[in-house]
Amino acid sequence: MSAAGPAAIAPSDAIRAALERVWGRERSFVGALSAVNHRAVATRYMVTAAVFFVLGGIQALVIRTQLAQPGLEVLGPEAYNQFFTMHGTTMMFLFAVPMMEGIGMYLIPLMIGARDMAFPRLNAFGYWVYLFAGVTLYLSFFVGNGPDSGWFNYVPLAGKSFASGSGIDFWVTTITFLEVAALVAAIEIVVTVMKLRAPGMAMHRVPLFVWSQLVMAVMILFAMPPLILASLMLGLDRMTGTHFFNVGAGGDPVLWQHLFWVFGHPEVYIILLPALGIVSSVVTVFARRRIVGYSLIVLSMIAIGFLSFGLWIHHMFTVGLPAMGLTFFAAASMMIAVPSGVQIFCWLATLWLGRPSLKTPLLYVLGFVFVFVAGGLTGVMVAAVPFDWQVHDSHFVVAHFHYVLIGGAVFPFLAGLHFWFPKVVGRTMHEGLGKLAFWIVFVGFNITFFPLHQLGMEGMPRRVYTYLPETGWGFLNLVSTAGAYLLTLGLLLVLWNVYRSARSGASASANPWNADTLEWSIASPPPVFNFAEIPVVHDRHPLWSAAAPDDAPELVGLELIDLERPRRETLATTVLDAQPASRRVLPGPTLWPMALAASVAVLVIGSMIDLWFVAIGAVLTIISMIGWLRPPRREALP
Amino acid sequence: MNDDGHSMLAPASDAASSIATLWWLMLGIAGAVFVLVIGLYGYAALRRRGDAASDDDDPASMRRAQRLVLLGGGVVPAVILVGMTALTIVTLDRLLTEHHGSEADVEVIGHQFWWEIRYLGSGAVTANELHLPVGRPTRVRLRTADVIHSFWVPRLHGKMDMTPGRTTELVLHPREAGTYRGFCGEFCGLQHSLMGLLVIAQPPDRFAEWQQAQARPAEVSTDARVAIGADVFARADCGLCHAVRGGARSTPPADVGPDLTHVASRRTLGSATVPNTVQHLRQWIIDPHRLKPGVRMPATRLPDEELDALVAYLESLR
Repeated sequence: MSAAGPAAIAPSDAIRAALERVWGRERSFVGALSAVNHRAVATRYMVTAAVFFVLGGIQALVIRTQLAQPGLEVLGPEAYNQFFTMHGTTMMFLFAVPMMEGIGMYLIPLMIGARDMAFPRLNAFGYWVYLFAGVTLYLSFFVGNGPDSGWFNYVPLAGKSFASGSGIDFWVTTITFLEVAALVAAIEIVVTVMKLRAPGMAMHRVPLFVWSQLVMAVMILFAMPPLILASLMLGLDRMTGTHFFNVGAGGDPVLWQHLFWVFGHPEVYIILLPALGIVSSVVTVFARRRIVGYSLIVLSMIAIGFLSFGLWIHHMFTVGLPAMGLTFFAAASMMIAVPSGVQIFCWLATLWLGRPSLKTPLLYVLGFVFVFVAGGLTGVMVAAVPFDWQVHDSHFVVAHFHYVLIGGAVFPFLAGLHFWFPKVVGRTMHEGLGKLAFWIVFVGFNITFFPLHQLGMEGMPRRVYTYLPETGWGFLNLVSTAGAYLLTLGLLLVLWNVYRSARSGASASANPWNADTLEWSIASPPPVFNFAEIPVVHDRHPLWSAAAPDDAPELVGLELIDLERPRRETLATTVLDAQPASRRVLPGPTLWPMALAASVAVLVIGSMIDLWFVAIGAVLTIISMIGWLRPPRREALP
Repeated sequence: MNDDGHSMLAPASDAASSIATLWWLMLGIAGAVFVLVIGLYGYAALRRRGDAASDDDDPASMRRAQRLVLLGGGVVPAVILVGMTALTIVTLDRLLTEHHGSEADVEVIGHQFWWEIRYLGSGAVTANELHLPVGRPTRVRLRTADVIHSFWVPRLHGKMDMTPGRTTELVLHPREAGTYRGFCGEFCGLQHSLMGLLVIAQPPDRFAEWQQAQARPAEVSTDARVAIGADVFARADCGLCHAVRGGARSTPPADVGPDLTHVASRRTLGSATVPNTVQHLRQWIIDPHRLKPGVRMPATRLPDEELDALVAYLESLR
């Protein structure tokens, strides 16, 4: 292993200047809005998702405050129901998935040696859809008329007869709309990973983080359509009087549960998988050795992706379905622990054989292992049908899935934040502050959520805004709430560290961690064009290979620019072996994706108010599409 | 309203016991796995290795490492999980065998936000207070009048949903006499939180007595104030939602709100929210939302003397 990596032959200044020119954008407000470059869009995604994380976190803190003691009146039942609905919806739809996609959008091209993603304008379009949908949903919440039937919106409670306000209409409409953004991003990720990898990066050399994003994206393609279908059906039931879920007219509320969980269970793994990818990256770099069991990890992730579509009934064990089906889904739900176990042991073996360096990112990974293994084990427990009958929809389940989701997504996310921060910002984070924050987050998390296991077994149901003093749940709830404040303090410290490091951290070199993947071969932060020369890859850990193997040509990079007619270009390669196939010309900055997203927003969101908006939105949509598809003027053509 | 607990870890029936046993077994296995994995990670992360330690991948040691991964992360967990699946199936089978057999004895109907309870043999109707004989299985049929609820009494059994368009069943078989608190286990709207119930397990003879008493129509009291109260009950339209079976002021069957034929015999008001006292009854009639925000019953404004009479009437319904 060597830190040298492919010996970089500095591209000429002329080439760099030309690349700067074609990949740059105007430094203005309009210039910022019209950027379609993957890092510009990804940064928007991550910042927006972080804002939603803060909002969802504030809701969680208010919820925990309300539950600190029996009979408190911080929130009444109306407000409480809106708070927990928005908390779940925000964390699942507006934070976790967009954040993971944003991280992917940022890192994938850098990791695979591409200058941008496959469809930059589509990327930008997806972001605006996400933003408009999220903001609209929050508008309903801020005027005190938010959705209040839970993020799972079980009918008939979420139907018109029991929820006559417009809160659920907002939920149904914006979530349907939002999933368009998720689908668009998924397509983008799949195509980019398949087609734009650096020459030589055959499928068996793709970084594990990129693999995890690929599996996540394919899962999104299959998981989101049932949700879109279900929310469309609920919207039709509510707004046009259809009867998909109305028992009186031959519909069935259990159909909603099936459709929702056919989406909802894979959703959990959609959030988990990219986090596992982050863990693999961090473990490799901080164990300072090649990952053990690369193929096993890839196969495990694919297995998780497949299996996760066959578990949804475990959310419905108490519906009263036939016992034969229950045992099948119980067995499947337990068996998905195996591919997770394989990965846990791959990382263990890597650390065991390596020389672990206990920096903040690795601490978060170890915290992840602790919390996620505990959550996985309670997950196996709730897969045991009779036990689930007791703890289903109790606080035990609240504890379980916060262990899995915060442990399985937020801890790895924080590991990734500390790991890639120098690359993204060009400055290093404060290590001491990082470690201190880690311990506070770790301890705070466990104090918050561990007692909830006990509360659930003592009978405390989920989604209760209060409880009676004679239940005896007061003490453990108080402990949990205290933990929530500690956890918040830890997260604020992380935020403070980000803020002060971004302003005044020590400036970072290209590869401060001595890491192995391509993003660390270029400057921190990377130039707008990412790679002046498209790198050529001979190894799974390209920056750790001493040199190209003997039989390979001495080529280390491809100059991909025509100095006569400079254009935004990247290299397309073959799917399996990543042999150079063609030059892809990519589009530059444009406002049309934003216009199209706004037009579709008028159509979809306006349909709640008046059908006229559908007509207006349709016209605007057509105009925006024409604008988008119109070829550039001849003189602007390259 | 105090009760004898509501923890699944203090089972009072064979069904709840076998679930608790399943839990303790799984906790043992999971605890061992957790300690082992975390111990291995702690050792791997913290042990001191010289910087000179070899990190080249000689194929033999890589193969050994991969075999270890497959064994520790694949084979061993798979064996454990097959064992846990077997435990699950055995426990499930034990719980379900009790279900084979006769007709339901009781029907429990979920409402926003209370439980209607109808004894199918005797015609006794009550609310939020399920009486059961000790030492005998009672088949409970579950359905809902509106949204999805879930019937959960942790000391006796796991929960079972009440979904529109379906009926489900549970067999409750308490081993010992006691008062067990139950909860609504599925979010059902504004007052899901305080939709509780009490299950009162009694010796069979006491239970039979109770059931007979509940099946009887209301007794007509001769007290003048009670008679006025009965008038108020009729004039204030209480009978639109609440039934009082029999008596001078028999009302048509109504099941929007709890049957009040023997309301004074019940221990709690508002679905096991407050003890059934005169004071609480007054408060409940004037402003039920004070005690239980979001409850479906409207507030009823009455002059003091009419309220007193109404309360006297309701208190006479033993």
